[in-house]
Formats: sequence, structure tokens, C-alpha cells
Amino acid sequence: MPQPSNRRSNLTVAAVAGGLAAGALGLSYAAVPFYFAFCLATGFGGTTQVAQAETGLRGDRVIRVRFNANVAPGLDWTFAPETERADVRTGATTTVFFRFENKTDHDTIAHAVYNVTPEISGAWFNKISCFCFTDQRLGPHEIAEIPVVFFLDPRLEQSRDMDPVGEITLSYTLFAPPLSEKPLALAPPAQGSGPKL
Amino acid sequence: MFSTNHKDIGTLYLIFALIAGLIGSAMSGAMRLELMFPGIQIFPTISAVLAGDGSIDAAKNMYNVFTTAHGVIMIFFLVMPAMIGGFGNWFVPLMIGAPDMAFPRMNNISFWLLPVSILLLVLSMFVEGSPGMHGFGGGWVLYPPFSSVAGTPGPAMDFVILSLHIAGASSILGAINFITTIFNMRAPGMTLHRMPLFVWSILVTAFLLVLALPVLAGALTMLLTDRNFHTTFFDPAGGGDPILFQHLFWFFGHPEVYILILPGFGIVSQIISTFSRKPVFGYLGMVYAMVAIGAVGFVVWAHHMYTVGLSLNTQRYFVFATMVIAVPTGVKIFSWIATMWGGSISLRTPMIWAIGFIFLFTVGGVTGVVLANAGADRALHETYYVVAHFHYTMSLGAVFTVFAGFYYWFPKITGYMYDEKWGNRHFWLLFIGVNLIFFPQHFLGLAGMPRRYIDYPDAYFLWNFVSTIGALVSLAATVVFVYTVYEAFQVKRIAGANPWGPGADTLEWTLPSPPPFHQYETLPQITGAEH
Repeated sequence: MPQPSNRRSNLTVAAVAGGLAAGALGLSYAAVPFYFAFCLATGFGGTTQVAQAETGLRGDRVIRVRFNANVAPGLDWTFAPETERADVRTGATTTVFFRFENKTDHDTIAHAVYNVTPEISGAWFNKISCFCFTDQRLGPHEIAEIPVVFFLDPRLEQSRDMDPVGEITLSYTLFAPPLSEKPLALAPPAQGSGPKL
Repeated sequence: MFSTNHKDIGTLYLIFALIAGLIGSAMSGAMRLELMFPGIQIFPTISAVLAGDGSIDAAKNMYNVFTTAHGVIMIFFLVMPAMIGGFGNWFVPLMIGAPDMAFPRMNNISFWLLPVSILLLVLSMFVEGSPGMHGFGGGWVLYPPFSSVAGTPGPAMDFVILSLHIAGASSILGAINFITTIFNMRAPGMTLHRMPLFVWSILVTAFLLVLALPVLAGALTMLLTDRNFHTTFFDPAGGGDPILFQHLFWFFGHPEVYILILPGFGIVSQIISTFSRKPVFGYLGMVYAMVAIGAVGFVVWAHHMYTVGLSLNTQRYFVFATMVIAVPTGVKIFSWIATMWGGSISLRTPMIWAIGFIFLFTVGGVTGVVLANAGADRALHETYYVVAHFHYTMSLGAVFTVFAGFYYWFPKITGYMYDEKWGNRHFWLLFIGVNLIFFPQHFLGLAGMPRRYIDYPDAYFLWNFVSTIGALVSLAATVVFVYTVYEAFQVKRIAGANPWGPGADTLEWTLPSPPPFHQYETLPQITGAEH
């Protein structure tokens, strides 16, 4: 039988090992916000950047940007870009309108989730304004055209990763918010800056 | 049943692993038979029996349920219980001169969580998974969105998650027990650097378990709350990201494959040394190679994810870090060969298994280096080349070490000697069988045959046929194995304390076979360089 002192040190080692396990569990949860912060900081996974203003830099490369709009099942809206593609010079600010239509008979909120492919281009894809920054709310059968204003950072020309990239796809999917427990009246008003038709 | 004796629990683990291994092998046998010819042959019948639905769609689903269950059973209910629970429980206390494990009752609960866990897994095959289907067929990696409500709304997935939670809890408790035992209960004079390599391998494995399994538990808990409590960790609708699950899963998953193989390294080290009658070449190098494999194993996870859109620099890092692992692994392979070099080698059954392991593991290691290249992986991702690779390292590598350890310690555990002739026949049949199964799968993978499909174009017929012939040979080998064990218990050749001669110099051979219920009433004193 282990002596009392032996027993105590056994418990110490077990507590340390158990603490390691608990710590690893905690770290796995801490990885979640860290992962999203990392994506935001590096453009990892096609996460686009948010810019406050236009860039002063002018670039030389022209890259074709394609626009893709999807609606997730469970949301009865239509959603489409005004144009399928635009040829964009790096540094030049571009505005593209997207058309939203709520086909239901009641107020609905939708949230746009987005990324760009190739995913490495996320680090240079700067949005100044976007309907995806906030939830969109449309009344029954309301139609809205809301823009995305973006530019491609000219510094992408220095990245070897971007050399083979001639085309970037900006993709949006509209979701109904998964938790619609809040009554709609309390939801913040839509802040799309575009004109509503 | 309620015993807290480490030897009884070790035996329970070994019996459990044997049963689970037979179930898992039967599943792979069914899959191989299905793939013997193009077209869909036997799974409609299996599905009709298990799920009451003999349609082609149900058959396809059942095939994928089998691949999933085969993977989970072989990993969590065969290799881990056999190596860590079985041999670890039996021989770690014996080898370090301890009377038992540090926490005998915790040891008991670690074992008894496993039958509960496998029961949950088996139950999952009989309840609804994806709409109208039974069981979960998304592979052992459990990626969302297929494992989310979107892909598998039925409770089968929740059963799988809870099953893995319990298996994980069992392993973490076991690992804490091993760490405490090894740190605190070594006999006087048994310094860390004098411990046998098997004990070292279990120590490193226990640390990997303690650090990796909670990450799996965390990811699974997030998946569970996503499914049932409206969180959106992996659901883009709420701002989550399914790729995050892959990162978390492989942060666990890659150390997991070292958890499966490191104890095998330890077993093989003991055996090679015993039957070469030499101490292991480069003992310290061997110890720190294992530590290095364990440590580097935590920073290479994204080599399973080259195709998710990582930047080129990220891929470069993971290619490089992955290849670094080949260095300590190479140190081990060469040290085993150097141990044999100039040794007085006797080719007893355990030694043949150990040498067979070195051969097979080296083949698996070479294809691993090929797959480590992000460029090559683009073409080979999710093909049979990957299947061949991880079966050479895991199924052949890890399972061969389990058999090597089984034949090595069988006389110690039971007190009886098996028949060398039958042990040899088992080895050669299985060696030929598994090579016939898996070597042609390299060709299939290079030709582009994808994993996880019930059917294939006619062009892949030849090597699939050969592969299934190999499975039948392996089945014969398993029959021989069962007979070998039966024969040994029937004839009862008395083994004696040390049947292997002076090469077997670790402490367990100083005890009678089988060892008494309580051993080391006076603690052994260790002097000199004993390992």
C-alpha cells in the first residue's frame, strides 16, 4: 500500500495532469475566437478586409472580379448582383449594386455571409461599405438595391501568391438569422446606405 | 469484473480489444467483399438485415456507415485499448517495479467506460442519421456540415458524439493514471533514463492523450451544441466556419495517430533488444526521438487539409514541419536495425513480427513523405493512395506491434507457451494477406480511385480483386490466430519465468509466469544501466 506521503504526491501529479487536460479543453474553446480574429487579420479562409476610406495608391494590374449571390434554404428572398463581373484595376474604388427582394408577406431579417476565392486574395480585398456589415431588414415584398464598395489593395502586386490569380470571386449567401428569438420590432433597422426603391 | 488489480484490468482490456478487433475486421471484410467486383453486391442484404431497408440508396449509406464504424472501432476500441490499456496496464507497473497503478479504482472505471462507449457507437447504427437512413456515414473525421443538423438530422450522430466523448474520458483518466504511476512509483534506482523504452513510449503517449483528447472533446461538444442548442460554431449562418472544425479535429487527429503508434515503437524496441541479446542501440536517442515525434506531432495538423485553401506559405510550413517528423522516425528505424546489427539474433515469433513491422512501417513512412508534399497531395487527396498509406502505418504497423507484443508477453501473462510453428504460420499468412490487400491500393490511388464509395468503374477491377483476395488470406490468418491461442491454452506448455533467455532483461521477467496477484512486496533495487 502506498504511504500517506506517496498518496499525496500521487494526487499532486494527477491534479497537474488533470489540469493539463482541462487546460487543453479550455484552449480548444479559446481557439474559436482566436481563429476568427486570425482570419480577420490575415484574410485567411477568404475573409475580406474592411477599409475606412479609399486608398490613395494606384496599381497597374487589372483583375476580373466575379459576383455570386446565393440564398440559403429557409429564406424566401431573391438576391442578385446587377452585373456578373467587373474588371477592376488595383487601387480603383468600385461600386456594385445587389438587388434584394423579400417575397414573403411579412418583415424579414437576413444576414449576408461572404468570402472570396481564391481564399488567399482575402487579405487584399478591401470593403469600404457593404450590406454584409449589418443585418438587412425588408418589409413584405419590399425590394432594395444596396451596394458593395470595394477596392483591391495595390500591394497585392508584390505578393507572389497573387501572381497566378487573374480572377477573384466575391460570393455572398443570405441566411435567415439562426436565432430569431428577438421580436422583429426590436431588431436594429437596416443600415444599407443605398437607395431603396 | 470489479477488480482493481492492474493485471486483471489489463487482461480485460486485451479481451475487449480482441472482440472489438474482430467486429472491426468483419466490417472491413464486408467492405472488401463488396469491392471485389464492380457493381453493388452484398450491402443491400446487409442493409436489409441491419436497417430493414434493402434499397440501393440504403446500401450505399450502410457502406459509408461501415467505413465510419470500422475506423472508429479500430482506432478507439482495438489499438488504443490493446496497447495502452492492455499492455500498458500489464507491464508499466511490472517494468518499473511498482506494486500496481497509482489509482487502481480509476483504472477500473477507465476500462468500464469503454464497453459503454462501443455500445453507444453500435446503437448509432440502428437509429436514424441522414434523412430516411440509419447510422452516420460521414467517416471517422466527422466533418460538418454533414455531421451537423444540415447533413445528419437524426440522433445517430449524437450517439457517435457521446460515444467518442466517453471513449475520450476513459483515455484521459487512463493517461493521468499512467503519468502518475510512472512519475511517482518507480522502484529505487529506476531513474527516468533507466526506464525501459516501452515505459517511455507509454509516458509520451499519455501526455499526448492528455493534451490532444480534450481538443476533440471540445470540438465534439461544439458540434453537439450546434446540433441541439442553436450555437453556430461551425454554421456559417451564425458566423461560424466548418473549416474550424477541421482545424480542431486534426489538432487532435494528428497526435492521435502517434498515440496509436508510439506504444508500438516501445514494444518493438523491447523485442528487438531481447532477441538480439543487446541493449537497444542509442537508448537516449530513442527516448528523445519519441519525445520529438510527440512534440512535433502537435504542429503539423494542417497537412490533412491542403485542399481547403491555405495560402502557399502556410502550405510550405506544413510540408516542411511534416517532413521533419521523418527525422526522429528515421532515428528509430535505424536504431532498431543497428540493434540487430552484430547481435545474436534468434528469430522467435515476436521477433519476426517486430521485423515485419519495421518493413511495413517503413513502406508506410515512405508514402507518408510523398503525401506530405502539398503538390502531390492535390492529386492523391481522398484516394486509395491515402488509404494504403495509413493502413501500412496503422493497420499493418500498429496491429503488427500488437501481435508482436501479444506473442512476446503471452507466456508472461498466461504462464503458457504457444506453439512457435503456429505463431509463424499466423505471421506469414497475415503478412502476405495484408500486403496483398494494401499494396495494390497504391496503384488504385495513383489511378485516381476515390475513397468511401461502394462502387467503382470497371477499370479498377483488377487491383480491387487482388486486394479482396488479400482480405481472404488475412481472414485465414485470423482463424490461425484464434487456433494458436486455443492450442496454447489446450496444451498448457509451462513457460517458466523467462522463456526468452538472457536478452529479456526487463523486470517483468524476474517474476514467475503468470506473475503473482501482488508483486514486489520488497521493492527491487535497480543498479547499473538497465533498460
